[in-house]
Amino acid sequence: MSESIQSTYGVAQDDGLLATKDLKKYFPVKGGILNRKVGDVKAVDGVSLAIEEGKTLGLVGESGCGKSTLGKTIMRLHDPTDGNIYFDGEDISDAGKSRMRKIRRNMQIIFQDPASSLNPRMSVAELIQEPMKTLTDWSKEERRDRTLELISEVGLQEGHLQRAPHEFSGGQQQRVAIARALSVNPKLIVADEPTSALDVSVQAKILNLLSDLQDTYDLTFLFISHDLSVIKHICDDVAVMYLGKLAEVASTEEIFDDPKHPYTKALMSAVPDASAESMTDRILLEGDVPSPENPPSGCRFHTRCQEYIGEICETDEPQFTEPSAGRYCSCHHYSGST
Amino acid sequence: MVLRRLSRNWFAVFGAVVAVTLVLTAIFAPVIAPYGPTEADYNSIREAPSLDHPFGTDNLGRDIFSRVVFGSRYTVFLGIVIVGIQMAIGVLLGLIAGYYGGWTESIIMRLVDISLSIPGIVLALAIAGILGGGIESLIIAVSLVGWRGFTRLVRGDVKSIMEEEYIDAAESAGVGDIRIMTRYILPNSMSSIIVYTSLTIPTVILWSAALSFLGMGVQPPRPEWGAIISIGRSQLAEQWWVSTFPGLAIMVTVIGFNALGDGLRDALDPKQE
Amino acid sequence: MTDNILTVEDLKVDFHTEEGTVHALDGISFEVGYDEVLGVIGESGCGKSVTVLSVMGLLQSPPADIVDGTIEYKGTDLLSISDTELNEIRGDQISMVYQDPMTSLNPVLTIGHQVMEPLLRHTNMSKAAARQKGIDMLESCGLADADRLMDEYPHELSGGMRQRVVIAMALVTEPDLLIADEPTTALDVTIQAQIMELLKSLQEEFGMSVVFISHDLGVISEISDRIAVMYAGRVVESATMRNIFTNPLHPYTRKLSESIPSLDSTVDRLPTIEGQVPSLYNPPTGCRFASRCPEHLGEECEMVDPRLKRIEENAAHKVACHLYTDVSEASPPWDVEEGDAQAVTNKATQGDKYE
Repeated sequence: MSESIQSTYGVAQDDGLLATKDLKKYFPVKGGILNRKVGDVKAVDGVSLAIEEGKTLGLVGESGCGKSTLGKTIMRLHDPTDGNIYFDGEDISDAGKSRMRKIRRNMQIIFQDPASSLNPRMSVAELIQEPMKTLTDWSKEERRDRTLELISEVGLQEGHLQRAPHEFSGGQQQRVAIARALSVNPKLIVADEPTSALDVSVQAKILNLLSDLQDTYDLTFLFISHDLSVIKHICDDVAVMYLGKLAEVASTEEIFDDPKHPYTKALMSAVPDASAESMTDRILLEGDVPSPENPPSGCRFHTRCQEYIGEICETDEPQFTEPSAGRYCSCHHYSGST
Repeated sequence: MVLRRLSRNWFAVFGAVVAVTLVLTAIFAPVIAPYGPTEADYNSIREAPSLDHPFGTDNLGRDIFSRVVFGSRYTVFLGIVIVGIQMAIGVLLGLIAGYYGGWTESIIMRLVDISLSIPGIVLALAIAGILGGGIESLIIAVSLVGWRGFTRLVRGDVKSIMEEEYIDAAESAGVGDIRIMTRYILPNSMSSIIVYTSLTIPTVILWSAALSFLGMGVQPPRPEWGAIISIGRSQLAEQWWVSTFPGLAIMVTVIGFNALGDGLRDALDPKQE
Repeated sequence: MTDNILTVEDLKVDFHTEEGTVHALDGISFEVGYDEVLGVIGESGCGKSVTVLSVMGLLQSPPADIVDGTIEYKGTDLLSISDTELNEIRGDQISMVYQDPMTSLNPVLTIGHQVMEPLLRHTNMSKAAARQKGIDMLESCGLADADRLMDEYPHELSGGMRQRVVIAMALVTEPDLLIADEPTTALDVTIQAQIMELLKSLQEEFGMSVVFISHDLGVISEISDRIAVMYAGRVVESATMRNIFTNPLHPYTRKLSESIPSLDSTVDRLPTIEGQVPSLYNPPTGCRFASRCPEHLGEECEMVDPRLKRIEENAAHKVACHLYTDVSEASPPWDVEEGDAQAVTNKATQGDKYE
């Protein structure tokens, strides 16, 4: 059990390398003739978590649960609606452009689809050097040397440098994106579904590369994915997200051995596994994920929950509790003193 | 790649041939034209087309063919200058509107909407009229009317490019606004700007000729095509050739550039890549 | 081969592009039995989608060009019949479910219109009867309130519901053969689980044959009786589902399943396949996996095309690899999870003994 998890519930400013406290990101919904705001999509609705330096926190959930928005808000690509983001003990939730530029040297992001995250009109060399140009005061030679070093670290060749991104396969493009994120020696990397657009055999290579780089550079990862098997492979701790809120947080080992939240259980049971023989005790969720514009009252999962207790699930929002040491779960099953 | 695709479309090839011919004619006008553009020959007034004067002569005995050849210089010059000005204004405003959004965008786009509510040629005529005619007022008038198309186009492009993840990536790399606009957005919007430009050229040529025809642009005796037509207009029944040949020149040029623009649009279509 | 509903024999498809000719399918053969689910697995660009489009007669030509081969459906070669005859079969006896439910439904037509369409085209059913049948089918696909749904438009539904509608459309004529091209790839895992359960129960209910295309070994294992593994335009191995998982013979099959992280085991590093899929513009001679193969035998692999062949008498396990030139050598040269190589051979013949 890592320190980061123990402090998740009452996150403090200097917990781990990155911490968020009650972070919210709403997107306005406009409508009507006057294009007035008619509501909010509560993409991230009060998330507190912390990642200890050198660790990998997996953020898992289905599409629309807000996990990518959370990643981008932490990167300050979106401005948070409410709450705090602490990076290295510093509150960056309302940092201005010039302050963010200094901070971005230490936090970088890798996106899901390398084909769209690389500017098609730039060469590989320009792409990799872009963060160094804007975020460091390195000389041309230093940037060049660093580029060559990175190229070999991520498994590309020097001859690739002058080519355009579309000349590469998806796996190679993702290597370019990784090299770019690494170029300024950041401490934290937000990896937003970095292998979802890739074939499985390529995925394995990229996952191995990320682990190697984590060892070399002592990197901290926020690893966002919908794929539980990938999460299990690469993460130290796991946070499960549902409709803008965290459902459960625990170490990888514990959460996979003994999932507590009914949603976590259903999610795990839904993963098709070639080696699993019988599917008889599979939990099948009813219906679809409700809209984050108008989330269900009380526990957001109650409309699909297979362990629904009663009215309390519909009326009261469950608090994040610690059903066993170091494990956090927001479910009325554990709200008493279980 | 683009050229290869373009060359497969015969209509676009025709357009390219017209464009190249026009530019070459403008450059080599003194070599091609048998007479000077304003050289009057009182011994051959109002002659019908013949071997000596393939397009005939006008009421002052000027060779229409030579005038049309020299007129191409105005066409090319006005086309390049006016489209250049339109593009500069339009692209800049479009970039700013699309990138910054909010109030900036509202103001710029309302400006576009308002000016679009007045028919272009009427607006151009009014501006040229206020400025008092002549080649400068023609350039200003047509430029001020045409930029708004570029603004709309570029703003739309910027909006969709801003949705691309590489803009987020640039932002997290700390890239500043100006550099994002010039290195990320503009290059990715270039192909649609090129296509729109080649489709704007014929409009500009047509409008320049129209304003000159109406006496608000290039003034006679300068051999601008619209101005030549204007001279021949009153004798259209007797000396049809005076207005017909410059008219044909305008028609072929406009069709040619439209064909080229259409061809470019097909060839640059990213969906085919 | 009368016991097969679909037999594809030596199918070769080229694509003529500006950059040259892509040999997308290079002599693939497979068959689907009655009431059988064949899973086709492979990574992007291996030709699995081209295969199903060929079967459906939906390849655009040009650029596509079916160079060789036959596609026999119940004894009729689909490649040699006229378009009208093909249209009679397609959409009635053979139907298809596509990957993306967003784009496979027409946004301007009601659900009812789209579900009834195949019935009105292929049968003499009255409109009222077709509507009833459509409602029944939507209900079978787990859509509550089907009567009201018939008058709604696709955008009013969620992704999971849309895919149910797409499946109902495909099944409304009660086809004998359903082709499902990555039907759950665009969906979330919990919705994917629902759709897979639905497909499984409908397959049992209607007793139809299914060709199920996927890149996801886990998904495909849930539904398939037999699996064909494709690589670079060829079928490299085909066997019963259990044999593919417990006794994969082709080095590619084995490497592929190893490279997927598993929920049951923990490894520090994932085994990977070196190199990249060869270009199909100018594919290498011999085995297409040769340059990446950990079991590379030598020149033979680069020079001689391995044919897809049975490794044992009567066994349904076929592989295209030079490791298995001799019938007696039906065990792979690597360690098998439990027992010795002999046990593996027995498994291959006796099916589910490994449990």
